[in-house]
Amino acid sequence: MTVATSQPGVPRTEIRKELVALLDSERVLHTPEELLVYECDGLTLHSRMPDFVVFPDTTEEVLQIVRLACRHGIPFLARGAGTSLSGGTIAAEGGIVLELSRMNRILEIDLENRMARVQPGVVNQHVTRAVEADEFYYAPDPSSQVASTIGGNVAENAGGPHTLKYGVTTNHVLELQAVFPDGEVYRLGTAAGDPVGFDLVGTFVGSEGTLGIATEVTVRLLHSAPAVKTLLAVYDSVSEATQTVSGIIARGIVPAALEMIDKNTIQAIEAGVYASGIPQDAAAVLLIEVDGLEAGIDRQLEEILEVIGSRQAREVRVAGSAAERKKLWAARKNAFGAYGRISPNYYTMDGVIPRSKLPEVLDRIESLGREYGLRMANVFHAGDGNLHPIILYDIAQDDAREKVMALAGAILRCCMDVGGTLSGEHGIGLEKREFMRLFFSEADLQVMERLKRVFNPDNLANPQKIFPMRRGCGEMSSLSEDSRDRLSRSEEDPEFVRF
Amino acid sequence: MESPAHPHPAGSTVAADLTPQCVHCGLCLQACPTYIELGKEADSPRGRIYLMQARQRGRLPVAGSFAEHISACLDCRACESACPSGVPYGELVEQAREVVEQQLKRPFLVDALRRYVFGWVFPSPRILRIHFHLLRLYQRLGLQALVRGLAALKLIPARLAGMERLLPDLRGRAAPVELGAIFKSNGATRFRVGLVAGCVMNEIFAGIHHATIRVLQRNGCEIVVPSSQVCCAALHAHAGITATAQEMAKRNIQAFEQASVSAVIVNAAGCGAKLKEYGALLAHDPEFSSRARSFSQKVVDISEFLDGLPALSPPGRLELRVAYDDPCHLLHAQRIGQAPRRLLQQIPGLELLELQYPDQCCGSAGIYNITHPELSMRILERKVEDIKQCGPAAVATGNPGCLLQIGQGLRMADLSHIQVMHPLEILDRAYRSESFGNGRNPD
Repeated sequence: MTVATSQPGVPRTEIRKELVALLDSERVLHTPEELLVYECDGLTLHSRMPDFVVFPDTTEEVLQIVRLACRHGIPFLARGAGTSLSGGTIAAEGGIVLELSRMNRILEIDLENRMARVQPGVVNQHVTRAVEADEFYYAPDPSSQVASTIGGNVAENAGGPHTLKYGVTTNHVLELQAVFPDGEVYRLGTAAGDPVGFDLVGTFVGSEGTLGIATEVTVRLLHSAPAVKTLLAVYDSVSEATQTVSGIIARGIVPAALEMIDKNTIQAIEAGVYASGIPQDAAAVLLIEVDGLEAGIDRQLEEILEVIGSRQAREVRVAGSAAERKKLWAARKNAFGAYGRISPNYYTMDGVIPRSKLPEVLDRIESLGREYGLRMANVFHAGDGNLHPIILYDIAQDDAREKVMALAGAILRCCMDVGGTLSGEHGIGLEKREFMRLFFSEADLQVMERLKRVFNPDNLANPQKIFPMRRGCGEMSSLSEDSRDRLSRSEEDPEFVRF
Repeated sequence: MESPAHPHPAGSTVAADLTPQCVHCGLCLQACPTYIELGKEADSPRGRIYLMQARQRGRLPVAGSFAEHISACLDCRACESACPSGVPYGELVEQAREVVEQQLKRPFLVDALRRYVFGWVFPSPRILRIHFHLLRLYQRLGLQALVRGLAALKLIPARLAGMERLLPDLRGRAAPVELGAIFKSNGATRFRVGLVAGCVMNEIFAGIHHATIRVLQRNGCEIVVPSSQVCCAALHAHAGITATAQEMAKRNIQAFEQASVSAVIVNAAGCGAKLKEYGALLAHDPEFSSRARSFSQKVVDISEFLDGLPALSPPGRLELRVAYDDPCHLLHAQRIGQAPRRLLQQIPGLELLELQYPDQCCGSAGIYNITHPELSMRILERKVEDIKQCGPAAVATGNPGCLLQIGQGLRMADLSHIQVMHPLEILDRAYRSESFGNGRNPD
């Protein structure tokens, strides 16, 4: 542990005093001991401690904190549940983290107009919970939905299994209230309907906190489908499963969800509390759901069963009850969290490929894993070609980090070769920024960056996210090298000791 | 910073690093009552595990944040029911508390009080009883009224007054079950079982013991209450006082071995969870490890035991709207959720209601309501609100701490008309109502 030496910039103690004056001391975390747990999120490959974590309760407080940060040139970013898989809530350059977990009120539910206005810290699943008695729900359903917040979902444009038919977060946000780095609050979009003029909601959703901080989100609510059928198809070969997926898509059928789970993942799930009786010796299973009106549902199911019948599935189970359906989905959605049973660490990728290429890409990924000597698992949204290759590793091994990043690069190049892209729903964050150049030209990146600068001219809102560092392509930057300290820590600031 | 490589004393359970199983996914966050209240990462299971890892790696001292956040955990283990990776959080937090216990310097008086209570009172049923006699005297002589009067005048520190308010009314309670007693079965004896008398259970809730004994007798059991048993030491283990906990566990194992029973029956969820973990508590003890394992295998919660019988002697009619509340250490630590509900449903006339969040902690959590009164009350308020919305005539829950805590919460919210009962009291009442034939309360 070393005491940081004096650097130019604003004295940290001054900032702390101002923050405490705005909120109160209980809502300003400033000691390294308290900040430690905020150094990373769902992605543990990177870490960097913020200088402060603050807990605002209102839009006004968020506004005042952002003004303070901008006045002093301090970076800031919002954090909800910290489940980002791309390092979206890591304070890459230190600064202030606005923890919005306490801004978790549902402000308004308007069933007649099918919308809900919520604060950003509301947990995704709690929106559905508030309206399900009336047979409504909020459609985007990321696997993290039991914990992740609407604010984070908006920042990352979160997806989920059911986005195959219903679309991702951006398709379900009607209106936003957000605090921008110019120190003002604006409303984007309109709850009444499609955006008028520029689609600023579309611009903001998925901008990963680089444009500002959403403080109110008006989301669309959907009426639950009258009929739902869920089935599990069990395969002895991965390629038979992927061929089935391609077959279903080629027929023009749009299931509500079409998920694939491979053997390693099945074994991780079935060892735990979310076990749902999926055969552990299966090479892969497909979890398929169709929904709609009672009238056409059996026809949809039959068509899918026909495709499955043309491939070699070992077994097909149709869930007989709502409870059974729920259990299958719980198994699927907790898959990410279950990898601790089979590996000390894991890294989730998020590449997207054309669905017709599924069989060859999965083969290629498997052989890449062997080549790099790393175990792999797969659980993904097969229906929209959104892969989640999971690299299993042990950070305690010396070269683990380098090997993992090299394999990740190879997998993304493979996605690029077949005309795919690098992220479906997890965001770019810190994690994939260096791979942006594989998919975008310098000019493409510049146009995005120019847009960012319109809203965030001093690059204080969640810096270092999305855009590659200005250096050689493909080279992973480590945070310690890139991070600039913008706050000075003097010897009279005894609390600041770097771990 | 102090050395992280703290040497483990003999008999310590702090051994293997169990934290790598946590993959930092965060799916536990909303299962955690303290995270729900405070919204702070360090007060979530994931955050606490991160602190444990940081301490192990020498990045964090024990005193300060670490000790504070580890002690703010309810140890309700709801996160274990949510964790897809099966992180043994209960074990982890008890290990962390052992470290805090060994390294943290407490003020002299607090330390002396802790030593006295944990080291002298709880390990001895006799000394414990003397204290409860004193307490009864305090209430009978009207001293309590006096103290509460002084508290109202703010002449007593608020914290102390708050603790005083938690005292259950001991006047007119059933007499404790005598240690060493044997109760014959009604009719043919099918099982010879042992009853865990416990500490607080027998002093405050002896009525539940008597109900349990009557229900077991009715179902063909002969019940032995081994005389040399002591408190189960769950409070000690939760507080990180491991060595004393191990000694007490050994005494209980011996007591029940001598009783030669086929099952060790416990009607307090917190005690049951700890008794089932004796195997782990004494895993490194050469003399007791295998004896502890076979003891733990015999331990059954009363609801689990009755639910597992081929057929329950049919209870009589009891018209009662009952909401069942899952004690954390029954649901999350022992994974028993359906057995008590099934038992209640066998009572004709009883309407079983579901709370919206039956699986959330009530904030009692052993002595948490004493160590963290403010947070405990905030968590309790949620429970009371849930019960209020549900509107039952009675709440059933099988753990002494929860019975006291929920009872107090309902009183404070002017909902005293809702009874708080152990499921076995309800079952017992149903059996006894038979002789009245009308489902009315026989008491």
